[in-house]
Amino acid sequence: MSAVEGGDAVSGGAGDADVPGGAAPGDAVAARRAGAGVDAVPPGALDHTPYVADPPRRVPSAAELRERIPGWGSDLALEDRPSVPKLSREVGATSGAHWDLPDQQPDGEGRERSIEHAHVTPVFGTAQPLSGPAGVVRRYAYRRFSEGRLAHWMLLVLGDRIDVATHRVTDALRGRPDRVVHETGVRAELRHHPVASRAGSSRRDWRHGLLDPVVANWGWFAALGGVVLLVRRLRRR
Amino acid sequence: MRAMTYRGPYRVRVEEKPDPRIEHPNDAIVRVERAAICGSDLHLYHGMMPDTRVGHTFGHEFIGVVEQVGPSVRSLDVGDRVMVPFHVSCGSCWFCARGLYTNCHNVNPNATAVGGIFGYSHTTGGYDGGQAERVRVPFADVGPQVIPEWLDPDDALMMTDALGTGYFGAQLASIRQGDTVVVLGAGPVGLYAAKSAWFMGAGRVIVVDQFEYRLEKARTFAHAETINFAEVDDVVVEMKKQTDYLGADSVIDAVGAEADGNFLQHVTSAKLKLQGGSPVALNWAIDGVRKGGTVSAMGAYGPIPNAVKFGDAMNKGVTIHMNQAPVKRQWPRLLEHIQAGHITPSEIITHRIPLEHIDEAYHLFSAKLDGCIKTVIVP
Repeated sequence: MSAVEGGDAVSGGAGDADVPGGAAPGDAVAARRAGAGVDAVPPGALDHTPYVADPPRRVPSAAELRERIPGWGSDLALEDRPSVPKLSREVGATSGAHWDLPDQQPDGEGRERSIEHAHVTPVFGTAQPLSGPAGVVRRYAYRRFSEGRLAHWMLLVLGDRIDVATHRVTDALRGRPDRVVHETGVRAELRHHPVASRAGSSRRDWRHGLLDPVVANWGWFAALGGVVLLVRRLRRR
Repeated sequence: MRAMTYRGPYRVRVEEKPDPRIEHPNDAIVRVERAAICGSDLHLYHGMMPDTRVGHTFGHEFIGVVEQVGPSVRSLDVGDRVMVPFHVSCGSCWFCARGLYTNCHNVNPNATAVGGIFGYSHTTGGYDGGQAERVRVPFADVGPQVIPEWLDPDDALMMTDALGTGYFGAQLASIRQGDTVVVLGAGPVGLYAAKSAWFMGAGRVIVVDQFEYRLEKARTFAHAETINFAEVDDVVVEMKKQTDYLGADSVIDAVGAEADGNFLQHVTSAKLKLQGGSPVALNWAIDGVRKGGTVSAMGAYGPIPNAVKFGDAMNKGVTIHMNQAPVKRQWPRLLEHIQAGHITPSEIITHRIPLEHIDEAYHLFSAKLDGCIKTVIVP
């Protein structure tokens, strides 16, 4: 690691050289104005930084920061910052790869891919392959629309909702039905101070948090509504 | 094996799944010792990421022990204890060859705009993640690194994403000596970004959030000044006041898609999925930074368009630097920082929860109960 070089006073502006001896740039402005016969600077005017060229800034000195903050300034030099510059063949040369092109993972034929890719990539995930009605929608989204088209993403979102609805049924038939309450993790409320975590706090997330049960259970609510409508209709007959 | 599985928005459970297997010569199978829930996992949990399939196992922050290696693996042996970066990278494509490991072009057939990520939907390649007993790790010679014996396992776990991302975010902010840096979000990434901003010579670091317990952590862990945006009338004006009306030299968006602070933005994105994420923090960053300043964005957003204040960004001459963090690139320097005592990453861990209670862990983190900042999952 490189040590921080330079004086102890922190600069008055971004990237400026250190100000020797801790003289505030605002003092220089006031002195310059006084020397030029300009009216005295109104009290507080220099607190409004952007209206003058070299105002003072409320920044502690480098010595104070170095004393108070562990590691302060240790990455001040750009060469100590690992992602500077952004593109670096030097970094890429140490990736650990010992191939020009990776071996192709088998069984990629027919796998869905973005049409912005020339081919299925050499390596890919094999979790949850496309299946069922959601799979049909998703495959169409990949095959027909590029990532640049909103339709691509909205079809994938639609596929997600169909996927969830389908699994409600298929998992139940497989003997692994939803555990409606359990899966929401709401039991955590019993053990983790639900009142103290919220009462007297400034947090605002409760306003939209009230919608969470609807988002989590809209499918069940919709199904329940459908059943109610069906029963009412049958009763009228 | 036992693994966390996604069941739909706000629903997860533990299920029995087949063990992962070697599918490529450079694969490894890792037995997970610890995993963590990332703030970006909440985007999946809330159903915001397109093509998140029922049955998917989340988890891109994990460490573990190598149980199997493929025939072409040279750098790892069975029994090695490794930390695994959240990104899957081939190490040899145009992008990896230039150090952009998170933009790898050889690992995600589902999209070109994002690389491969463990347990982060099929939009990032369809890899099951590490909130499980075992996980398949592609390109074992590129991503994983043996954990140094002196390094605390919890610190290693934080290295796999949150710490590397926060540190990277501070670099994206182009901080120079004496700069005023505002960090939006006092979650794990924001806390690490605030701490890292000092390494780069910041003169002031101001952290913004709505949770007082997190702001307290920002004051103690990251030595930062704080603004509780829920307690001020207009946080952009407050940022201007705090910087003598100049605006911050750099603003770091360490929030991403779950940003709060604007009801309409939040609901249209997080609840109705009509945006790829709530751009509240990004818009505050654009408005709060000084003209000609730099906005750093490494909080995760989805691929659906967002209502971003691009006109303000253009008119102010703002430079926006952003990317998913190539965390492996950060590791050598971060290890030096840890060894020098500049940072103890594990100080932000607040909860440890067994895998079997993963549903509670997600609710705890999502609802911000019990002072939760970072949750570690133990299989």
